[in-house]
Amino acid sequence: MSTRKTMRALAVAAALGIALAACSSQGGAQQEQGGGGGPAGGNVGGEQFTIAMVTHEQPGDTFWDRIRAGAEDAARAHNVDLKYSNGAQAPEQATLVQNAIDSQVDGLAVTLAQVEQVGPAAKAAADRGIPVVAFNAGKDDYQRFGAKMYFGSDESVAGQAAGQRLAQDGAQKVICVVQEQGHVALEARCAGVAASFPNTENLYVQGTDLPSVRSTIGAKLQEDPSITHIIALGAPFALTALESVTDAGSQAKVATFDLNVDAAKSIQEGRIMFAVDQQPYVQGYMAVASLWLNLTNGNDLGGGGPVLTGPSFVDSTNVEQIVGYAQNNKR
Amino acid sequence: MSSPVATQPPPTPPTEAARPKKPLLSTLLTRPEVGSFAAAIAIFIFFSALAEPFRSLPALSTVLYASSSIGIVAVGVALLMIGGEFDLSAGVSVVTGALTASMISYQLSLNLWVGVFVSLIVMLAVGFFNGYLVVKTGIPSFLITLGSFFMLGGINLGVTKLVTGTVATQNVADMDGFASARAVFASEFAVGGVTIRVTVLWWIFFVALATWILLRTRLGNWIFAVGGNAASARAVGVPVDKVKIGLFMGVAFMCWFYGMHILFAFNTVQSGQGVGNEFLYIIAAVVGGCLLTGGYGSAIGAAVGAFIFGMTTQGIVFAGWDPNWFKFFLGAMLLLAVMLNLYVKNYALNRRS
Repeated sequence: MSTRKTMRALAVAAALGIALAACSSQGGAQQEQGGGGGPAGGNVGGEQFTIAMVTHEQPGDTFWDRIRAGAEDAARAHNVDLKYSNGAQAPEQATLVQNAIDSQVDGLAVTLAQVEQVGPAAKAAADRGIPVVAFNAGKDDYQRFGAKMYFGSDESVAGQAAGQRLAQDGAQKVICVVQEQGHVALEARCAGVAASFPNTENLYVQGTDLPSVRSTIGAKLQEDPSITHIIALGAPFALTALESVTDAGSQAKVATFDLNVDAAKSIQEGRIMFAVDQQPYVQGYMAVASLWLNLTNGNDLGGGGPVLTGPSFVDSTNVEQIVGYAQNNKR
Repeated sequence: MSSPVATQPPPTPPTEAARPKKPLLSTLLTRPEVGSFAAAIAIFIFFSALAEPFRSLPALSTVLYASSSIGIVAVGVALLMIGGEFDLSAGVSVVTGALTASMISYQLSLNLWVGVFVSLIVMLAVGFFNGYLVVKTGIPSFLITLGSFFMLGGINLGVTKLVTGTVATQNVADMDGFASARAVFASEFAVGGVTIRVTVLWWIFFVALATWILLRTRLGNWIFAVGGNAASARAVGVPVDKVKIGLFMGVAFMCWFYGMHILFAFNTVQSGQGVGNEFLYIIAAVVGGCLLTGGYGSAIGAAVGAFIFGMTTQGIVFAGWDPNWFKFFLGAMLLLAVMLNLYVKNYALNRRS
């Protein structure tokens, strides 16, 4: 009785396996090229350092995934034990910096998006003699809080550059889509766009809920047919804006800040005009690599000023090369 | 107390005891916080074994601070839940309080203490508004405070943008009253090389106060009665509506207090913060033994729940794990704690019979 049941179960399992094999599809994870590890970098000098990276990441964002990929590749290349942590709210992030100090890390890489709140904690680390590097945000304030170097872009400069590109394209009216209300860096980008292209209006959407982003942008396009260009502040939102444009039957063109695989492909297909890339992979990589250089060799980069990783434009002229990198989670 | 004193033998209890003495174990097991104590000890041992930095005293001070950041408001939320109600607006209320104090003082160039007290009045009014609507309309507090959660979130963003032109308040560190207010709400001092943040002391004080109210005062009995069975409580003359409104105002007071800490610890306030924290306060209270149905729970339990939260948030980082998993652990811990609480409670009830 029981053997018969077992046999039957085995037969069902085998049938399922065959069925699954027969249903194999084009594409998918099985066809992806292995990304491989980080750039080849000999681990010079054997000592292992511990470096803490504390960011204001909102979990689950492709942008931050690239920062982490860069940081992890640099850590692998230099035999660094990387401790990554993130707190989206300033008090949380400040506590996590304190946590890094308690752990007696050898170096600290920190994002200073909420500079007044997290800065003092970073300064406390610097006062303890821990080398601190700021990245991604805090370009104007990092020195005040004892950070030795800064790797990142300037939101306002990037916004102005994007605004100029839109003006060159003959924009009449631009909406700047802000996916998180109350976020200083995002506001700075839109203010930058408005500075070089005054007829810009901010549109606030609920970034954690893409369907609502789609309907909000769609409603705005229907309500105001004079909109010629949409600039999104993150790749997922640009892709959603493309859907909204289709929904509303609008002719508006879409551009974006930051990049991911799908956005790169959309630029290749000519559906997105351009992306303003601040090269997050480089930010993460350099934050860790520069700390390692400082710890092992006493170096500092930037000549006493910030090292800018952007704005770097990705458009039809250079996207061919970049798509491949984006697929490896590096652009 | 070192000098030996001839003590009289205790008076022998009358042989015909009025009621059988309950064994100590049963008494302990019927306490709401016992499950969370067990969980806290287990988690502490777990992270101590796993993460070397977790074992240091500075790490404990950081863990305590992280715990107090949830624990202070969780005290108010626990009392409210024992009273049978629910507040989803506690997370954004904290930021409302901080924004109010900051903007009133900055825009009108007043001493910061004026802003602090105006903010207290505003916050108590918010708490009254929640409580009054709940008792007058009979709509579940879940829905009323869901509404106020969204309204306050919108007010935080809209008013801040309107008043300051940006999405954060200006730095108030150079204004009159900052130093004294910081000393009260956000100072820190070193004891034997360990930094103690003042919020930890306030947290302990509020927990002690709430515990005294619950266990030693008439008001405490009223809170349990109102949460256990509001109709019966009303029938025996408990002012149910006043108690409930008072509990909502208690939560608002705690939110105001923690909002002041945010303001004076960080000088500026971002208007978009606080969303989602209401669930952390509720988790702390529930892990600490508060029931969603009301009438059962303790302030000490909520403190232990907050301590578990602080250990977990920081412990995961001390251990060097991927923080993406943090929410998963939080949810799993909540489920385990609730099941453990239920199991212990049933076990204790069955033992007594």
